[in-house]
Amino acid sequence: MYVAVKGGERAIENAHRLLAHERRGDREVPEVSLDQISGQLGLAVDRVMTEGSLYDRELAALAIKQARGDMIEAIFLLRAFRATLPRFGTTEPVDTGRMQVRRRISSTFKDIPGGQILGPTFDYTHRLLDPQLAEASIPEMPATGEVSPAAMPRVTDILGRDGLIEPSPHGDANTPVGDLTREPLGFPAGRDLRLQNLARADEGFLLALGYSSQRGYGRNHPFAGEIRLGEVEVEFLAEDVGFAVPLGSITLTECQMVNQFKGSATEAPCFTRGYGLAFGQSERKAMSMALVDRTLRARELGEEVLAPAQDEEFVMSHSDNVQATGFVEHLKLPHYVDFQSELGLLRKLRKEFAEDDALPDMQAAAE
Amino acid sequence: MVERESEDRDQPLLTAEGLGKSYGRLTACRDIAFALYPGEVLAIVGESGSGKSTLLQMLSAQLAPSAGRVSYRMRDGVMRDLAALGEAERRFLFRTDWGYVHQDPALGLRMAVSAGANVGERLMAVGWNHYGRIRDTATSWLERVEIDTDRIDDAPRTYSGGMRQRLQIARNLVTQPRLVFMDEPTGGLDVSVQARLLDLMRNLVGELDLAAIVVTHDLAVARLLSHRLMVMKGGRVIEAGLTDQVLDDPREPYTQLLVSSILPV
Amino acid sequence: MNAPAYNFAYLDEQTKRMIRRAILKAIAIPGYQVPFASREMPMPYGWGTGGVQVTAAILGPADVLKVIDQGSDDTTNAISIRKFFAKTAGVATTTSTADATVIQTRHRIPEAPLHSGQVLVYQVPIPEPLRFLEPRETETRRMHALGEYGLMHVKLYEDIARFGHIATSYAYPVKVNARYVMDPSPTPKFDNPKMDHCPALQLFGAGREKRIYAIPPHTSVVSLDFEDHPFTRYRFDAPCALCGAGDSYLDEIVTDDKGSRMFVCSDTDYCETRQKRGHLGSESAAPHKEKLHG
Repeated sequence: MYVAVKGGERAIENAHRLLAHERRGDREVPEVSLDQISGQLGLAVDRVMTEGSLYDRELAALAIKQARGDMIEAIFLLRAFRATLPRFGTTEPVDTGRMQVRRRISSTFKDIPGGQILGPTFDYTHRLLDPQLAEASIPEMPATGEVSPAAMPRVTDILGRDGLIEPSPHGDANTPVGDLTREPLGFPAGRDLRLQNLARADEGFLLALGYSSQRGYGRNHPFAGEIRLGEVEVEFLAEDVGFAVPLGSITLTECQMVNQFKGSATEAPCFTRGYGLAFGQSERKAMSMALVDRTLRARELGEEVLAPAQDEEFVMSHSDNVQATGFVEHLKLPHYVDFQSELGLLRKLRKEFAEDDALPDMQAAAE
Repeated sequence: MVERESEDRDQPLLTAEGLGKSYGRLTACRDIAFALYPGEVLAIVGESGSGKSTLLQMLSAQLAPSAGRVSYRMRDGVMRDLAALGEAERRFLFRTDWGYVHQDPALGLRMAVSAGANVGERLMAVGWNHYGRIRDTATSWLERVEIDTDRIDDAPRTYSGGMRQRLQIARNLVTQPRLVFMDEPTGGLDVSVQARLLDLMRNLVGELDLAAIVVTHDLAVARLLSHRLMVMKGGRVIEAGLTDQVLDDPREPYTQLLVSSILPV
Repeated sequence: MNAPAYNFAYLDEQTKRMIRRAILKAIAIPGYQVPFASREMPMPYGWGTGGVQVTAAILGPADVLKVIDQGSDDTTNAISIRKFFAKTAGVATTTSTADATVIQTRHRIPEAPLHSGQVLVYQVPIPEPLRFLEPRETETRRMHALGEYGLMHVKLYEDIARFGHIATSYAYPVKVNARYVMDPSPTPKFDNPKMDHCPALQLFGAGREKRIYAIPPHTSVVSLDFEDHPFTRYRFDAPCALCGAGDSYLDEIVTDDKGSRMFVCSDTDYCETRQKRGHLGSESAAPHKEKLHG
């Protein structure tokens, strides 16, 4: 005899308990600490901060722990938290020209003022699994040297001095900067909203789009003009004292791509730009972002929009992994009512199909 | 013959005055002026680069002119500057009073939707709400453009080039427009298919009392379809007049060249 | 560490104000999709964040909240959302349609007729009825602005040409106040007539797509159709096996692995209320026995 299923509430509670148990894992094994995550899995924390759109290493580490290492789940946790925070205002724009540089490279010139500084990078490592890391490791202390006082001008500024690259667009001081989290996105989107959207976009999505553009889907001949990593000061204009107050410093990765030159009947040709910026050491993200920033400017620069990476509505509507995962995973929710309607319709159509099919037979039988 | 509501046939349907278009230092066309009357077919003839396509775009309000203006007499008799129309008005005009036949029928059709829906769409857009009547109207139009009515539920993806073009024509004429723009309507079709299509178009234009502006590089098309003809070269109209007169007795050297280079069929 | 402290019903007052403004605009233009700056909520996009934001914006301490999913108060997502509001707003909750002042729903409209003073909040995944015909937002906004719905009718025509019927069984498009074409959310078309001239206020929230729309009480809501292929409600072959109702939407339950099936009211409150009043179906027994799960 059928009895309606009840007890959903109890099922949920038990599921949560089981989850917490699984999260802890083997209780004989020491629990992972936020310091360990933040210090030794730093790049994971960097990604969660960037896509979570919140600079707080401790909270990002907590999110990663709570999410059991599922990065998008952690990003979701951080975003949901961010949504509850009160907004005091906007900082002064950070000056990456005054960055305390720890890594800085350019592929457009062999040598640049300030030098090519490799910094801590995987780039030249051989990808051989190192069994030594399976045990406690005591790495050598790094080499040290004097900090050079030499200036480190941006490569794009060097090109810009000769007019070889389009100037970096300056915002109108009178127009407030748009805020993606406060206004719904409309198309065509301004540069401010586009860059915000790309900054919090899923790294994998941007990576694939950037890759596709290099392979010909919206090619724009990119060069890495400059990638720099380091700390910048964040300042806030305090109205009552009348000057900008330093709030602290954050680690940023900045990428400036130098792209296909263009000109017109009235303007001399020059290189175009793509810009990428991310929290922490997030090079892949910053580079992908710069590639896609440039491809999305296709219409602005009079290029034919043919490839997905150039399609603003396509890219910007699907770049947010929190939205994307929500909708993809919502398919797990019960849909049996709408499914029931489809079943009903399908059965009806099949019945009619069978009746139509049966007709000629009946006619033949009658003859 | 279609009986149009009492309409002043002495008043022009469409006029162009001092019309021109430039892109920076490049002038696509200039100083275009003419008047088109109800039921009249005007051919704009020229080679590629002559500016004829740009002109058609301006005349059909799809491109804003750099100079001059285009005016159209609406169904209420009022002459309106196309540049002054709101987007809603312009789109409504395009769905009811005007037709636009593209050279490539795929641009003027919904390729993935059935022929019946293609023809019925404009009717539905102006409020027709009876499936049977929409389908019957679509069926009769397919007959009229000589498409086998059994194909009504097939998508134009499955049609030949000639059939697609005839479907495009049906789709445009279903709301009984007064003016049809045609951009190389027989371009890309086999010669025999072209001939049949031109015959059909000529008959329809006559039966429905349509005014039309036909852009073509093919003088044979102009000869068969149009009452009047304008020859374009380098963005300007170099000769204009009654079609037969211009083609039989061209004045300008360029026109003479065009006429003499028609291969005898 | 920054420990969060939450406002009544979770959202801060500024956000609520922003959402209410969008709601007011939506009520003033029935069926029109008002863009709003959706907030990240503690449940995923696609899981009811739009509905939750609308409910959070209108909930007051005296409200009585009912939450259903697929017509049932007891499905996991309904429970989760109800607990969320119980925790963040402390409002009274109920499973009774008649007693609720705010009903948040996913995919169904309750069978019991609503009365004036109630608000029905729908969870909407894809607010744009034209979305699957035209993926571009810029184009669909223009079509709504100009009232150009030919494309929608083309789809209906195609269905009839191909299947002999309009082949939409849920999220069946409607015309609201004779102006805007609207997606009623994935409710079965069975429920469409309930929206027409409903005495309650109907609000629709799409969090991920960032749109709010509304049908004010006593507004005309007409399902799109053709004169000669009029909109028909889906009829079930049999009444509810538990309460005998012949006019409610039924869930199909597979009862064994030989394909036996049973049909039971999707609206659990409606079914239970009928049973309490003595209406019984072919398969009912007196009290429920709670089945252990989880």
